[in-house]
Amino acid sequence: MTTMSMVKALGSGLRLAMEHDPKVLVMGEDVGRLGGVFRVTEGLQKDFGEGRVIDTPLAESAIVGTAIGLTFRGFRPVVEIQFDGFVYPAYDQIVSQVAKLHFRSKGSVRMPLVIRIPFGGGIGAIEHHSESPEAQFAMTAGLKVVACADPHDAHWMIQQAIASDDPVVFMEPKRRYWETGDVDTESASVPLFSSRVVRPGRDATVIAYGPMVRTCLDSAAAAEADGVDLEVIDLRTLSPLDLAPVVESVRRTGHAVVVHEASRTLGLGAEIAARITEECFYSLESPVQRVTGYDMPYPPSRAEHDFLPGLDRILDAVDRARAY
Amino acid sequence: MNPLTVDDGSPEVPLVQLLTPEGRRTAHPDYSFDGDRAEIESLYRDLVMTRRVDTEAFALQRHGELGLWPPALGQEAAQVGSARALRPHDFAFPTYRDHGVAWCRGVDPGLLLGIYRGSELGGWDPADHQLALPNIIIGSQTLHATGYGMGLTLEGLVGTGDPDRDSAVIVYFGDGATSQGDVSEALDWASVHQSPVVFFCENNQYAISAPVATQTRAPIVQRAAGFGLPGVRVDGNDVLACRAVTETALQRARDGQGPTLIEAVTYRMGAHTTSDDPTRYRESAEVDEWRAKDPIDRVRLLLEAEGTAPELFADLQTEADALGVHLREACRLIPEPDLAELFDHVFVESTVENQQQRAEHVAWQASIEGSVA
Repeated sequence: MTTMSMVKALGSGLRLAMEHDPKVLVMGEDVGRLGGVFRVTEGLQKDFGEGRVIDTPLAESAIVGTAIGLTFRGFRPVVEIQFDGFVYPAYDQIVSQVAKLHFRSKGSVRMPLVIRIPFGGGIGAIEHHSESPEAQFAMTAGLKVVACADPHDAHWMIQQAIASDDPVVFMEPKRRYWETGDVDTESASVPLFSSRVVRPGRDATVIAYGPMVRTCLDSAAAAEADGVDLEVIDLRTLSPLDLAPVVESVRRTGHAVVVHEASRTLGLGAEIAARITEECFYSLESPVQRVTGYDMPYPPSRAEHDFLPGLDRILDAVDRARAY
Repeated sequence: MNPLTVDDGSPEVPLVQLLTPEGRRTAHPDYSFDGDRAEIESLYRDLVMTRRVDTEAFALQRHGELGLWPPALGQEAAQVGSARALRPHDFAFPTYRDHGVAWCRGVDPGLLLGIYRGSELGGWDPADHQLALPNIIIGSQTLHATGYGMGLTLEGLVGTGDPDRDSAVIVYFGDGATSQGDVSEALDWASVHQSPVVFFCENNQYAISAPVATQTRAPIVQRAAGFGLPGVRVDGNDVLACRAVTETALQRARDGQGPTLIEAVTYRMGAHTTSDDPTRYRESAEVDEWRAKDPIDRVRLLLEAEGTAPELFADLQTEADALGVHLREACRLIPEPDLAELFDHVFVESTVENQQQRAEHVAWQASIEGSVA
């Protein structure tokens, strides 16, 4: 067990994956000499060379498009999209090519590609640097989408994503990059595409992923002071969804609150609410609550505190559910 | 000058030509075709067969067997000449119109039909023919080729001096594609990384209805200079010249001297697809002008002048007829796609949701079996 930040945990995971498999490449804007704008890839180019840690031209479509070509030669590229809001030029390559080539070829082409995207707000950034586009990828058949929430998962999930023979969009909660946590370097504890209960509780089920897991745990701690016992589930995988722990939990608690930074309409919360309704209809004691970003483009950062789900809004939703 | 005049080879950029429309060999200071008559006869065969594939598929569409067909008519020399310059271990990324490239890579032309019958999204395993699946999103594949080329370099398969080892990749795209950002990104990236890529632009003058002047003010080949790679403009209806310039570009790539942009000036004699009506946007006089530059007629004129036996032409006719029969049969033998089976190809490692929906579909089908649709 060792303590490290998520940035270091991701970096050490990438390093292990590169040591393990010479076909693993890291590519993106500023990932080499600089070590990435968040320093996730720090030191990798020095140790693995410019052939395996590639500073690319400033062209996101090309970063993903060339990574596709590299997979035809058996490489396993890990591409870094510098910020969430910069992924859209690559959207066509991701949706029209990455997601479809295996299907089009009836399985003969494989796309073992990882697309890392630092996402979410809460860091006081300028426009296009705080977005949560995960639902756009989760709704695209042919892609798998995961989000890590803490250093331990970051360290292991990146290695598991690289080992996956399917393309994985890997969402990293940038506001949690510098928070430290315990990393068990001996064991991943759970497979990549599985959700897990991060705090057991009796009174209501709070479902989150990425940056909101920490916020929900803080909410649960606050609720505890008021005698309310919240169960918090970290989804970890957004596509495919692993809702078995959620279903089991909601059948016990009767209340579900889904939390994400992304806008509400057609966000992950909508799908999760539908699935909970399908699976837990007779156990539900209240409608599934959603605590999300509002349906507006990401606001100027001085307003983000009011835009993002926080402790008070989450607890208010829990109260509304329990009072229903 | 009419701003919409088609760009048939602006005089400021010379056009490499080794065989005139009249069937006369011409010399060029930088490029030559060194094959013998048998080699030309073999190219001629590929041209004739490509056209037959195209004619037959067009007819199959008109008979209702295919939903759509994008004709390669008129572009056979560009496709055959360039593809015949490839070595077996080179790789190619085609567009949806490159039937001649698929023919030269040994793909059974019957496999080209599935996409257009609505039965397939692909047709072959790219590894079997060193040929990617045809790309419908315009220009995307230029980036895939660039990445593939980077891969060759990383694997040490470029510039070793060993002809059995050194490899290159060619990517096909049209004049319309040059307006796509991906194509500019690919040219830039391949140049920066000195990747072993040959960018082969079939400038067939039209992107559906939009003439090339809609896409660009400057000849396409001139873009190469801005990205720092050599560019060459070739008569795309001259199979000998297309073969020669592509061979040179591929060898440069294999030798580790980086990418080349080739602009093959040709003409889409047919419609964009069988759903298109080109009489709405171009004059028949223009089509007639290009018909006089037919890529196949000129090779036949050359071969006849050089003494090819008349039996060869007769034999090719017989072979083409047999190919037509094969295509018609192959088309009818294409199995109907099975949705249940398609679920199995969404992922390498299937998901619970995928399996649940597959089961849902299978159960639904079983429940309605025998009922009137």
